[in-house]
Amino acid sequence: MADDTPPPVVRVHGLVSRFGAQLVHNGLDLEVRPNDVFGIVGGSGSGKSVLLRTILGLRRPQGGTIELYGRDILKLSRPERLDLVQSCAVTFQSGALISSLNIAQNIQLPLREYHPMREEALDELAQLNLRLVGLPPDAAAKYPAQLSGGMIKRAALARALSLEPKLLFLDEPTSGLDPISAAAFDELLLYLHAELRLTVVMITHDLDSLLRTCNRVGVIVEGRMITDTLAGIMQNSHPWIHDYFHGPRAHAAEKAAHG
Amino acid sequence: MNALTLQQDGEGWRLCLNGDWSLASIGKIDRELEALPGSMLGTLICDWSRAEQPGIAPVWLLLKRLSALGAGESPASRLRVHHEGVPPPTVGLLRKLASDRSAAQSAPPTTMPAIEVAIGDLGLWAVQEGTAARGVLAFFGRIAAVFGQIFSRPRALRLPSIARHIYEAGITAIPIVALIAFLISVVVAYLGAQQLRKFGADIFVVDLVTIGVLREMGVLLTAIIVAGRSGSAFAAEIGVMQLNDEVDALRAMGLNPVELLVVPRVLALVIALPLLTVIADAMGLAGGALLSLLELHIPPAQFTVRLHEALSPTTFWAGLVKAPVFGLLIGVVGAYRGMQVRESARELGRLTTVAVVQSIFQVILADALFAILFQKIDF
Repeated sequence: MADDTPPPVVRVHGLVSRFGAQLVHNGLDLEVRPNDVFGIVGGSGSGKSVLLRTILGLRRPQGGTIELYGRDILKLSRPERLDLVQSCAVTFQSGALISSLNIAQNIQLPLREYHPMREEALDELAQLNLRLVGLPPDAAAKYPAQLSGGMIKRAALARALSLEPKLLFLDEPTSGLDPISAAAFDELLLYLHAELRLTVVMITHDLDSLLRTCNRVGVIVEGRMITDTLAGIMQNSHPWIHDYFHGPRAHAAEKAAHG
Repeated sequence: MNALTLQQDGEGWRLCLNGDWSLASIGKIDRELEALPGSMLGTLICDWSRAEQPGIAPVWLLLKRLSALGAGESPASRLRVHHEGVPPPTVGLLRKLASDRSAAQSAPPTTMPAIEVAIGDLGLWAVQEGTAARGVLAFFGRIAAVFGQIFSRPRALRLPSIARHIYEAGITAIPIVALIAFLISVVVAYLGAQQLRKFGADIFVVDLVTIGVLREMGVLLTAIIVAGRSGSAFAAEIGVMQLNDEVDALRAMGLNPVELLVVPRVLALVIALPLLTVIADAMGLAGGALLSLLELHIPPAQFTVRLHEALSPTTFWAGLVKAPVFGLLIGVVGAYRGMQVRESARELGRLTTVAVVQSIFQVILADALFAILFQKIDF
C-alpha cells in the first residue's frame, strides 16, 4: 500500500524554530500530499505563520529539513529556487498587495517578470485572473486602498494564481470576512481546487471554512504537529484538539457543515 | 516548432496546437495568435491532441483571440469552433468564464474635449490648493489649542514624550552637528585666510569666523541637519502610524493625536535646537581657532582677545534666538506631512521627502527674514 501513495508535495521533518529562549516548533513533522486541501490549525502564538514562512523559505529554521516536491529548500541554488518559487504561490493574511500598484498591475507583476509578452496580452490575463476569483472587471484599475477587505483577499488570490502554481499557501484567507464572503471564498477555493487541480495548504481559525474545504488537518500542539483526516482529527482525544473541535463554537459550525 | 499550425480543411479550417502550451511559452503563443488571419469563415476545428501541459493563461488568450475573430457558439456566428482531441479540463472552465456575462463589463472610458479636461484640471488644482491651505491653518490651530490647554490641564504637556524626543532629535544628533560645524568653519577660515593674507589682514580671519559662525552658520547648519534627521523621522513615524490606523485608534479612544504625537515633537525641537546650536557654535569657534593657529600662527590667547574685540554683545544671541523658531518650523512641517499620509507606502515616501525639502526651505526663508529684521532694528 505504501507504494501507492504519491510522494508528498510538502514534507517537513523535525522542524525546530526558536526565537531567543522561546521554542516555537520542537521537532515538527508535516506531510502534504498532492491534491490535498490541508488545513493548519493551532492556538494563537503556536507558530502557524512561522511554519508557513519557514516552508516558503522566508525564515531559516534552527533545525530540521523542509522539502517541496522532494527538494530540500535550504540547499537550493538560486536558479532552482526561482523555479520552485514560480510553482508555488502564497497569499498573506493582510493581502500584501503592493499599495502603489493597481490591482491589474499587482496581478501582472510576476507575469511581467517571468514571461515577457505584449501589454494587451497582460491586460487579458489580468482580466482572466480577476474572473477566476470572481472580481468585477473594473476592479483592475483600482488601488488596494480603494478595495474592501474581501476584495483584497480575492485580489491577493488572483495575484497568487497568475503564475498558475501547483501549490498554494493561504494564511487565514477568510479572517476578517463576513460569513457570506467567507462562504463564497470557500466555494471559490473548492472550485479552483477542482478545476486547476491545486494542492492547497491553508492556515485558518475559521472552523466553518476548515470543515467545508479541508480533507486533511494538522494541529500544532506543544511545538509538534498532529496530522489526520478531517474525520480522524475530530475524534482525537488530545484535550486541546477536543476543545477546539467540540467547543461551543464548534458545534454550530459542525451542524452547519453536515446539517 | 510553431505552437500553432493552421490548415484549410475542406470548407473549414483546422488549427493544430503543438508543443508546449504552458505559461512558459506564452510570449510565443501570443505572437502566433496575433498572426492568425481574420478571414476565416465556416467551421474551425481546434486539435488539442499534440498540445502539452496546456496552461490556463495561454488557453484563455486562444479563446479570446478566436472570439475576436468572430467565433461563437450560435449557428449564426461567422466561425463555429469545435474542440477536438482531449480538451483539457481548463477549456471548460475558461469557456464558462468567457461566457459569464454576469460580471459587468466596465463602462467604456468617456472622452472629453481637451479644453474641458484642462479647465477641469485647473479647477481641481485650485480646490486642492485651497483645501491644503485650510489644512495647514487648521493644523496650526490644533497645535495652538493644545498649547492653550496646557494652562488649564498641565497633563496635556507630555513630559516623558518630550524628553524622549529631545533625546532622539537632540542628544543623538550631537556628534554629527559638532563634526559638521567644526569642518565647515575650518573651510571658511581657510578660505578667509587665503584672501585676507593678500592684504596683510590675517587677524580679521577671527572676525570672519566668529561672526559668521555665531550669527548664521552655527544655527543654520544645525537646523538643516536636524531637518534632515528629525523632520524626516517625524513624517515617517507619524505616517506609518496613519497607515496602521494608529492615529484613528487614538482619536477613537478620545485622545488627541496632536497632543500626543505632534506637540511633544515640536516642543522637543524647540528645546533641542538652541542647545545643539550652542554646541555647533562652540565647535565652529574651535575649528576657526585651530586653523588660525596652524595656518596663520595666531595663538589661541590672541584669538580669544581678538574674538572679544570683534563681537558685539548681541552677536551670540542674534544667532541663538533664531534656533527655537527654526525648531518650530521643522517640527510642524514634519508632523504635518506625517499626518497627511493616507493609503499607500508611496505616499509615505513622497511626504517624507516633501517634509525635509519644505522644512529646509522654510528655515532658509525664515533666516532671510531674520536678517532683514535684525538689519532694521540694528541687532
